[in-house]
Amino acid sequence: MTPSEGIALSSVRVLVGTKKGAFVLTSDGKRKQWEVSGPHFAGWEIYHVKGSPVDPNRIYASQSSSWFGQVVQRSDDGGKSWEAVGNNFAYDGVPGTHQWYDGTPHPWEFKRVWHFEPSLTDAETVYAGIEDAALFRSGDGGKNWEELSGLRKHGSGPHWQPGAGGMCLHTIVIDPSNQRRMFIAISSAGAFRTDDGGETWKAINQGLRSAHIPDPTAEVGHCVHRIALHPSRPETLFMQKHWDVMRSDNAGDSWTEVSGNLPTDFGFCIDVHAHEPETVYVVPIKSDSEHFPLEGKLQVFRSKSGGDEWEPLTRGLPQSDCYVNVLRDAMAVDSLDDCGVYFGTTGGQVYCSPNGGESWEPIVRDLPAVLSVEVQTLP
Amino acid sequence: MSLNTIRVELPAHLRTLAGVRGELALEVAVPVTQRAVLDAVEASYPMLRGTIRDPATKQRRAFLRFFACEEDLSFQGPDAPLPDAVVQGQEAFLIVGAVAGGVA
Repeated sequence: MTPSEGIALSSVRVLVGTKKGAFVLTSDGKRKQWEVSGPHFAGWEIYHVKGSPVDPNRIYASQSSSWFGQVVQRSDDGGKSWEAVGNNFAYDGVPGTHQWYDGTPHPWEFKRVWHFEPSLTDAETVYAGIEDAALFRSGDGGKNWEELSGLRKHGSGPHWQPGAGGMCLHTIVIDPSNQRRMFIAISSAGAFRTDDGGETWKAINQGLRSAHIPDPTAEVGHCVHRIALHPSRPETLFMQKHWDVMRSDNAGDSWTEVSGNLPTDFGFCIDVHAHEPETVYVVPIKSDSEHFPLEGKLQVFRSKSGGDEWEPLTRGLPQSDCYVNVLRDAMAVDSLDDCGVYFGTTGGQVYCSPNGGESWEPIVRDLPAVLSVEVQTLP
Repeated sequence: MSLNTIRVELPAHLRTLAGVRGELALEVAVPVTQRAVLDAVEASYPMLRGTIRDPATKQRRAFLRFFACEEDLSFQGPDAPLPDAVVQGQEAFLIVGAVAGGVA
């Protein structure tokens, strides 16, 4: 079998969450022709859809609305059919208060699931990051949920405060070499790490600097937007903070800024090439008050040196009058030989680059605002 | 135990979630109250648990109202008897979502 035949036999499944439903986009390994399935859960906000790496047909979707609250959907056939499973996210004990926007104490209240992270080894185990910020785990495929309350009971919890999107735990990264180690991020509290499977947590924000808090280098209070790592180097983390792109080479114990020559270092998403651990992608956004690309030009920036030196990738992307945003969970990579990079916009486009960012094509142009994009590489 | 057939009308999104068309017809023991009706809805359609009432507090979700017989029953106690016309199956118990207005 030639390499090109191998690519043709592989396939990718892109799982897209939007403001008005979920969509499943499938293609063979060439990633040129796509089938679009959806909307699933039409009319509901789908914050995140993600498949299990153990059983790719096991997919979780977070379905929510202001009217009807949270529903957790599970598919066991790759997104063809779905079953509502457990949606009872009860905080452990009396949850107490965190800070409200105005600095006053505010009771912890469940609002929605922002992110599912299926276990790397067990198809029945999945983690959920929720708003108001907490981490939950299910060991039975999403039927029952239990809070890993050591995180929320980290001594800093009463000082956490929401960002504009709410006080959400939006990022969960499991260390593939040591699954008792996980990294999470909360807007706007910062990043935390557990080394004991979620029992205890350490704030890992040393080196971050945030002008919106009284002490810019405080232990917590940083609006971390996204963390990504390459599986071969789990000690190396890349972070898109509210402002600043950051890097850590000691599992988050300390961070250094690698924004380098980016035209703006505000943004939401960040991801790492599937086969090149020093190749990183971001989508710079003008500012925290103007959530769109600079000068109406949609540009992905790539660093092949692990940060600092960035190059714009624009082939196939609109270079005039483009004022969309790319949210924190809306970028993903596949693991085919020529790494595919994907991102979705608030304008409803989902772009694919089948060549590591060299050129882009829209898979779809007119979906509802995209909240999340995940990719499954299927044999 | 005496059972009455109670008609319940769900908002469109919840009909889709429950996989039903039209009204529900549920057997509910007397006395027929909001709590008894909603318990019966959730028992027959477990996927609706938490979507009408908060799963912990059982409080009505803020963007939902309960109507019947051209009256707003949203603020009646959960154990107050429902109108006779609902108990007799002549009128449906309506679960109504707030109008979306300008929300995209």
